[in-house]
Amino acid sequence: MSTAPRSLTDRPTLWPWLLLTPLALYLAIFFLVPLAQVAWMSVSEPTPGFGNYADALTGTLFRKVMLNTFFTAALVAFCCLLVGYPLAWLMTKTTPARATAILLLITMSFWTSFLVRTYAWMVLLGRNGPVAWAIEALGYGEPPQMLFTRFASTLAMVHILAPYMIMNIYSVMTKIDPALIRSAESMGARGGSLMRHVYLPLTAPGIANGAVLVFVICLGFYVTPVLLGSPREQMAAGLIGRQIEEFLAFGPGSAMAMILLAVTLVILAVYHRRFGLDRLYG
Amino acid sequence: MTSYLTLSGVNKQYGAFTALDHVDLDVEKGEFVTFLGPSGSGKTTTLMIIAGFEDATDGAVEVAGQSLAGLAPQDRNIGIVFQNYALFPHKTAAENVYFPLQMRSVKRAEGLARAEEMLTLVGLEGFGHRYPKELSGGQQQRVALARALVFEPDLLLLDEPLGALDKNLREQMQIEIKRIQRKLGVTTIFVTHDQSEAMSMSDRIVVFDKGNIQQAGRPLDIYHRPQTRFVADFIGETNLFDATVTDAAARRAQSPVLGEVSYAAEGLPALADGQEVALVLRPEQMKLSRDPVPGRMNAAMTVETIVNFGDSALVIGRHGGTPIRVRLHGADVVILKEGDAATVSWTEDAVYVVTR
Ligand SMILES: Nc1ncnc2c1ncn2[C@@H]1O[C@H](COP(=O)(O)OP(=O)(O)OP(=O)(O)O)[C@@H](O)[C@H]1O
Ligand SMILES: [Mg+2]
Repeated sequence: MSTAPRSLTDRPTLWPWLLLTPLALYLAIFFLVPLAQVAWMSVSEPTPGFGNYADALTGTLFRKVMLNTFFTAALVAFCCLLVGYPLAWLMTKTTPARATAILLLITMSFWTSFLVRTYAWMVLLGRNGPVAWAIEALGYGEPPQMLFTRFASTLAMVHILAPYMIMNIYSVMTKIDPALIRSAESMGARGGSLMRHVYLPLTAPGIANGAVLVFVICLGFYVTPVLLGSPREQMAAGLIGRQIEEFLAFGPGSAMAMILLAVTLVILAVYHRRFGLDRLYG
Repeated sequence: MTSYLTLSGVNKQYGAFTALDHVDLDVEKGEFVTFLGPSGSGKTTTLMIIAGFEDATDGAVEVAGQSLAGLAPQDRNIGIVFQNYALFPHKTAAENVYFPLQMRSVKRAEGLARAEEMLTLVGLEGFGHRYPKELSGGQQQRVALARALVFEPDLLLLDEPLGALDKNLREQMQIEIKRIQRKLGVTTIFVTHDQSEAMSMSDRIVVFDKGNIQQAGRPLDIYHRPQTRFVADFIGETNLFDATVTDAAARRAQSPVLGEVSYAAEGLPALADGQEVALVLRPEQMKLSRDPVPGRMNAAMTVETIVNFGDSALVIGRHGGTPIRVRLHGADVVILKEGDAATVSWTEDAVYVVTR
């Protein structure tokens, strides 16, 4: 990347930066300061040094939980893609009024607290919930254990995160020049080959953006996996929460949090450098 | 000559709006035909009906005697160049050109070789590995052209392909497109609303207005023998004078500005005595002098504005309330200045009649 040459007329000015001060102050007080505290605790409690990091990285539990976290996040991102791509595509194909209605339904789930949505899933998937009842009523016999499984937590997380995927993909799909599709058709592309050679690659930036966003948000998910998931398949945030709430192990918990943060930042940086697809097609 | 592409009675309605109103057109094999007309006149609509992206409300399209009715765009074997080129941003130039061959199940190695050949033909040898965003506008244009031609289409359709290019590049591409089209002999329809482009490139020009074909003919015929008032007005600089036919048999009309006038016989619509018509006189076919010239038809005018172009000048004068435009070359200009009373003169064969 090269920077654009500065013209003689655009003098550096303080104005734009001044406008940013309220936000910068807010971030400093409510985000950077606590974050610094966490960083400090991770190297000072109970004894100064990097012992907490060494323990976390060598301990089998943390490593297992981290692997499970990545696996879950990837699974959720993949399921969001499977659900979101066809839906986004449908939105571009239907009438504008219907597309708006679908978009409204999707964003509506943002209006409900995701704690509420998580509890809703507990009710739905519970032993006496409507899903279990339907399975029995339809004659499939004893309903399987659904709550407190990977299935339940994945389902709920996909439900919560799918809108991010859909909106990313939809916004890229609506920006595709119809002439590209027509031109592909005039050259003989149709159906599967049109999808594979033209439509999918053109929407790849939306897929990548949506997937990374869902993946990264999912890495830090706490409530949903704790309430709905299997205790044997903990996620990192849950483990950190337990360290602090149950064992009052502030130092080790903080170190794990810092490692999770570092890994997330590395993923974002790699994505940005290697797969800056939006810039590639721009 | 037999017609290769035939449109007969093509109609297109968008709800109550008529975008195309009974369009008939014959194009010969290998011909370069330009659709010329103002914005919204139906040029793109006609092209899209030929390509199969729009269905005609009524009428038929045939290529080589075969009706295209019911054929999907994919099955029509028509190459299209869109205004913004519509190159695939995720494919290199060579892969873009290979694409139509890929869709025809040509093996990658062979297809890329043919793509490279085609890129060479359009003057882009060695650019095959570049992505569209790494190419200039003119180069992207050439890739689009190569891609539309590589599968040997029955027809080549270009919808204002040069609209986004600057003037120099435009002229260069006009010559290039013409050269390639001649070389391959592909039947071509080229849409533009730039009349000089239409004049310089076409075997035949089709002038559209409001969903109708106003006139179809060779460029010079369109220019010198316009058949409707719209064509006379739209193509080139024109003087249009209202007149009434006084003697159709002797080809004479009476005009408030020009007086009693004889008009040329060629390309005449059938006229009756007393019919209201318009007389067409091209600015470059009129001369200016101080006094009436014997042997020519003369009318008085007052010089109002002289616009100098160096090699020529446009003199705008007035007779009563009616403006008269005269184009003069070289030394003719110097004798006049603004405000002078002058005589404008012309010969009978320069006057064409169009119905009003
Ligand atoms: N999908 C549509 N629905 C309704 N009206 C349409 C539609 N497509 C085109 N039209 C109308 O049909 C007429 C012809 O349009 P067309 O695109 O063929 O014009 P054009 O000659 O190509 O103009 P331009 O030079 O601006 O490209 C226009 O008045 C346009 O508004
Ligand atoms: Mg058009």
